[in-house]
Amino acid sequence: MLLTITTTHTPASDLSYLLHKHPAKAQQVELSGGIAHVFYTEVTEEKCTAALLLDIDPVGLVRKNSGPSGNDFALEQYVNDRPYVASSFMSAAIAKAFSTAMNGRCKDKPELVTVPMPFDITIAVLPVRGGEKVLQELFSPLGYTIDAERHALDPAFPSWGESRYFTVRLRNTITLQQLLSHLYILIPVCDNDKHYWVGQAEVEKLLEKGKDWLPAHPANEFITYRYLKNQKGLANQALEILMKDETIEPEETIEPVEPKIRVHDLRLQTVKDELLKTDAKRIADLGCGEGKLLRYLLPEKQFEYILGMDVSYRSIEIVKDKLKIDRMPPKQQERIQLIQGALTYRDKRLEGFDAAVLVEVIEHLDPPRLSALEKVVFQYAKPKTVIITTPNAEYNVKFANFEEGQMRHADHRFEWTRSEFATWGNKVAEENAYTVIYKPLGEEDPETGALSQMAIFTSNTGINAER
Amino acid sequence: MRKDNKQIHLPELSLVLLIGASSSGKSSFARKHFKPTEVVSSDYCRGLVSDDENSLTASDDAFELARYITAKRFKNGLLTVIDATNVQENSRKDWAKLAREYHVLPTAIVFNLPEKVCVERSTLRPDRNLGSHVIPQQISQLKRGLRRLKIEGFRHVIELNSQEEVDAVEEIIRDPLYNNKKQEKGPFDIIGDIHGCYDELVMLLQQLGYKHENENWLHPEGRKPVFLGDLVDRGPKTPEVLKLVMGMVKTGSALCVPGNHDIKLLKWFNGKNVQAKHGLQQSIDQLEKETPAFREEARKFIDSLVSHYVLDDGNLIVAHAGIKEEMQGRGSGAVREFCLFGETTGEIDEFGLPVRYNWASEYRGKAMVVYGHTPVPEAQWLNRTIDIDTGCVFGGKLTALRYPEKELVSVPSLATYCEPSRPIIPTTGIITSLQQQYDDILDISDFMGKHIVPTQYAHNVTIREENAIAALEVMSRFAVNPKWLIYLPPTMSPVETSKLEDYLEHPKEAFDYYRGVGVEKVICEEKHMGSRTIIIVGKNEAAIQEAFGITNEGIGVIYTRTGRSWFNDKETEQAFLQRINTALEQSGFYEKFQTDWVCLDTELMPWSAKAQSLLEKQYSAVGAAATHALQSTLQNLQQAVLHNPEVTFLLDKYQTKQQQVEQYIKSYQQYCWPVNSLDDFKLAPFHILATAGKSWTDKDHEWHMEQIENICRADPSILKATTYKVVHLQDMESIQEATDWWVSMTGAGGEGMVVKPSQYIHVNGAKLAQPAVKVRGREYLRIIYGPEYTSPENLIRLKSRGLSSKRNLALREFSLGIEGLQRFVNQEPLQKIHECVFGVLALESEPVDPRL
Repeated sequence: MLLTITTTHTPASDLSYLLHKHPAKAQQVELSGGIAHVFYTEVTEEKCTAALLLDIDPVGLVRKNSGPSGNDFALEQYVNDRPYVASSFMSAAIAKAFSTAMNGRCKDKPELVTVPMPFDITIAVLPVRGGEKVLQELFSPLGYTIDAERHALDPAFPSWGESRYFTVRLRNTITLQQLLSHLYILIPVCDNDKHYWVGQAEVEKLLEKGKDWLPAHPANEFITYRYLKNQKGLANQALEILMKDETIEPEETIEPVEPKIRVHDLRLQTVKDELLKTDAKRIADLGCGEGKLLRYLLPEKQFEYILGMDVSYRSIEIVKDKLKIDRMPPKQQERIQLIQGALTYRDKRLEGFDAAVLVEVIEHLDPPRLSALEKVVFQYAKPKTVIITTPNAEYNVKFANFEEGQMRHADHRFEWTRSEFATWGNKVAEENAYTVIYKPLGEEDPETGALSQMAIFTSNTGINAER
Repeated sequence: MRKDNKQIHLPELSLVLLIGASSSGKSSFARKHFKPTEVVSSDYCRGLVSDDENSLTASDDAFELARYITAKRFKNGLLTVIDATNVQENSRKDWAKLAREYHVLPTAIVFNLPEKVCVERSTLRPDRNLGSHVIPQQISQLKRGLRRLKIEGFRHVIELNSQEEVDAVEEIIRDPLYNNKKQEKGPFDIIGDIHGCYDELVMLLQQLGYKHENENWLHPEGRKPVFLGDLVDRGPKTPEVLKLVMGMVKTGSALCVPGNHDIKLLKWFNGKNVQAKHGLQQSIDQLEKETPAFREEARKFIDSLVSHYVLDDGNLIVAHAGIKEEMQGRGSGAVREFCLFGETTGEIDEFGLPVRYNWASEYRGKAMVVYGHTPVPEAQWLNRTIDIDTGCVFGGKLTALRYPEKELVSVPSLATYCEPSRPIIPTTGIITSLQQQYDDILDISDFMGKHIVPTQYAHNVTIREENAIAALEVMSRFAVNPKWLIYLPPTMSPVETSKLEDYLEHPKEAFDYYRGVGVEKVICEEKHMGSRTIIIVGKNEAAIQEAFGITNEGIGVIYTRTGRSWFNDKETEQAFLQRINTALEQSGFYEKFQTDWVCLDTELMPWSAKAQSLLEKQYSAVGAAATHALQSTLQNLQQAVLHNPEVTFLLDKYQTKQQQVEQYIKSYQQYCWPVNSLDDFKLAPFHILATAGKSWTDKDHEWHMEQIENICRADPSILKATTYKVVHLQDMESIQEATDWWVSMTGAGGEGMVVKPSQYIHVNGAKLAQPAVKVRGREYLRIIYGPEYTSPENLIRLKSRGLSSKRNLALREFSLGIEGLQRFVNQEPLQKIHECVFGVLALESEPVDPRL
């Protein structure tokens, strides 16, 4: 909401020339979300402070919302921090209110443009995803001295902890144009959000405003990703241009991409291999998610018919899209079917399969609902083979930052040790006339076992439900 | 089908195949005697698929279409006339097959007119250019096939041999099927398999209140026994049973459907070669002592029995072994077989008996089906069906179901006359009912896709497919065991937007609204700011097991408005429920309501206990950001104003903002406090939704408030009685008092109040009124519309808000909610209850302004 720029350059009033804003006046600039006011709180030869105050219309924000939805801080909410913080709205205000300075022009004193001046900046409230560490990594390499005060969510409720809001003071001796280009890009990077759709134009803005300093910035990849709202395509395109003159090893990013993907691939490969060992021709992937396992199964000739089911309709749509089902030849289309369904309801569509797989599914069900899943899978669908995988809770101690009782995923309702899984699996097998064996999924640690565990159930009757 | 010169009789549900050469007058006849929609014409279908009614290449497609239309009509129970030549056996065979598939009687009207007549007529039709050989060929085919019609399955054939005969037909009379006794409305006493247990039958009739008069059994209230068949075999007194039943049926004072044993006996009567197994020998031995005249009478009697009866406007069906929905009120060999034997899988069990397929577990029909055939230890409802064969002849008991009371009356067997080949396993010790066991798992097909739920107050509520999709995900990922979910609360609309300058919502509009829909008295209840929860609590786990069929899930449940468990840990939930249980016991609630469980509609506080992440991510975050931003801004403006008076207006503006933010923070803080023990929770119940066998939506809100106050007194540290005011809408003083109350309550930080018509359900004419509207306080609304919403430039814009979709939604959800509750207390199958609850959840996914 408020940005103040102070300089002790002599004469300090030069700032008003550079900003192209009269020191005795209060001026207004119209923005899409409200009005930006520019005024001076102090104008002497020794010190000059200009304030950029954003008056965002909180009702207009919601009523005229044309920006993206579904953010953490969606613009659909009337109770919204946007009117009070420095965000992409502030960048827009800087670009509009101080456009001449940003473009490196100064009508009356053009010689000032290239003069580095001592600046002292205050951003009243800056939301920072990632805390002070991010602030340091963003501004230090550019030579700033940083003072940041983090605010509590509510002093009346200390247990709620800290907010992501900081009052930030930055000091540096640089040209005003540099300063503004830094702020223009880095404010929304701190916030990690944008009030408008991010598209191709955003890449150009980044390249233009950051051309002099971003390529050499050690966190350039991080800045690029965040600035482009983590849209990989756009970010890669921007990075390619930024790095065209340099061949740098990729820096370690602040938000590391976990090697988890590999682990999951391994899991799926193992499940596929197990399926191939059986003579199963009709396979049901129950809880198929976005279809990773389906991709593994589709190329295998042995699998004549594959059903993917998930409770999330959106996931099903994504699978259809990813696998390009619409464009498959009719014979292939007949081989795969995708349905929305839930494992807590009996479903006749699941009958008549040779094998069913539930990869990392059961832990998303409240324990009292498991008995429904058991009935649905083992009593009604009753395929000859059932493969179930689930995390091995014992392995959790090997994770960095692991806290006792913590689970791997926010939606996990439980995570079982190997013996808990076996207790459940044995009971299910006995009650439903199946035989069960257990296998580790992933590299096995002598103490904790593997990352995940797998149970393979085989029906004792040796016939599938189709009969 | 009978025929005199003027009238043709047809069964009311039949396939009427017109057979005749081209130009023999079939279409004219059909036009004259049937509704246009009843006639499916091959010419017309040919036209539909090819734009040419005479196109021969289109015949196959046209036939497929005609078949499709006819199948749909049969499914819906509609007589259908097929207007095509149908002179070839092949084409007739397909139609007869379709009729059999839908258990519809195939009939034929044959236009066996002289060739000359047809040819003459044909030449007058310029549109039709048939070769000269066509009609003669058709006529010869017709004549050849005529004798075979009966064999092909057309048991009713009418032959019209001249134009005179065709013209003479004045009327087609549609005879009801023999099984149609919809006009018989009871009351009935439906009696299960007797198997020659005459003494028990007499005892049962006496117990039911029948008196033996003039060789007949009569009930003083005019009740009528309905015998479910299997009168004979195995037992000691088959002839006596036959005499009694035959006598009553003959005089019209009883109804009877045949059982498989009766039919087998009939075969023996008819001299067929039958094995005298399964008790037939006893019948034979006993009957051989009777006169041949009696045996002949008995033979005729059994021969006259109709497979099943549709009674009481179609609400009740009786059949010996039960009947599927699609067979009800229809006639075919398959229907008769089903009624006699039920459905078998074709397998033989270890006792050498056919494995029965439990058709009742998949029954979804509206009509109640009462049947016998399979001996069970106790008669139990399942999906609106009940098997009342309690194995009298095997030493069980003889059971009757009183209709419409749905009461079971039985007398124990005097002896075990026969050992069952398959043991009847007693159900002692199990208190979950058959229905509850079956309800352990619901079938997804009952809930997916678009469906329509009939309700008492909003007529039919339509659930759209996309909303069902969303509900399925929420329900299966988050909701508790569906057996708990007997009710989900409806959304509540706010009052109409206030016309007063400073207010977005004000009580005046609530009073005006209810006065407008004919309410004289409303109740204003303090609105608590916590989370809406539904609480089910039982005296103990056994009470829960009996009422809900749930085991090992404690003495109750606390769930949110989306059916999710309110507490994350089971222990706290159960401890909290135990507190409520104790309060219920101490307040004498269980005795007073003659129940051992209750379902309460409540608000559970503090808000912060459930909304913590919302508070941290949104409410306090905005407060923190605003506080510091405004503080800093004001400092700067105060400094600027010293040398630049131009910014004074900004200073004023931001001072107001600061004040608004402070008020905003104060607003949300009031609803937050730390929870360290159970005593830190506050529960405010406001509706007693249901107890054993009863929902309480027939009581007014004052009653609910009083009953709840009584419970709350037993544990005031966690139970909070809701303050309320009763307002007479014609009494200005009463209105003023309630308004003042609202102003002071909301001024002190209260969320506001809920205004409800005095009656739980208020219907104005045929229209249901809003069950409640909320009037939220001016300060409270800051946490809905933002800290600065009270600024005039904001308020004026916020005042334009549309309520109609919210109100419509509230009514539909309310209707579904109480419908589900009612179905639960009526002990309907879980599927019927879940349909309502699922519906509420689905409707909740309709896009509506979340701030309303």
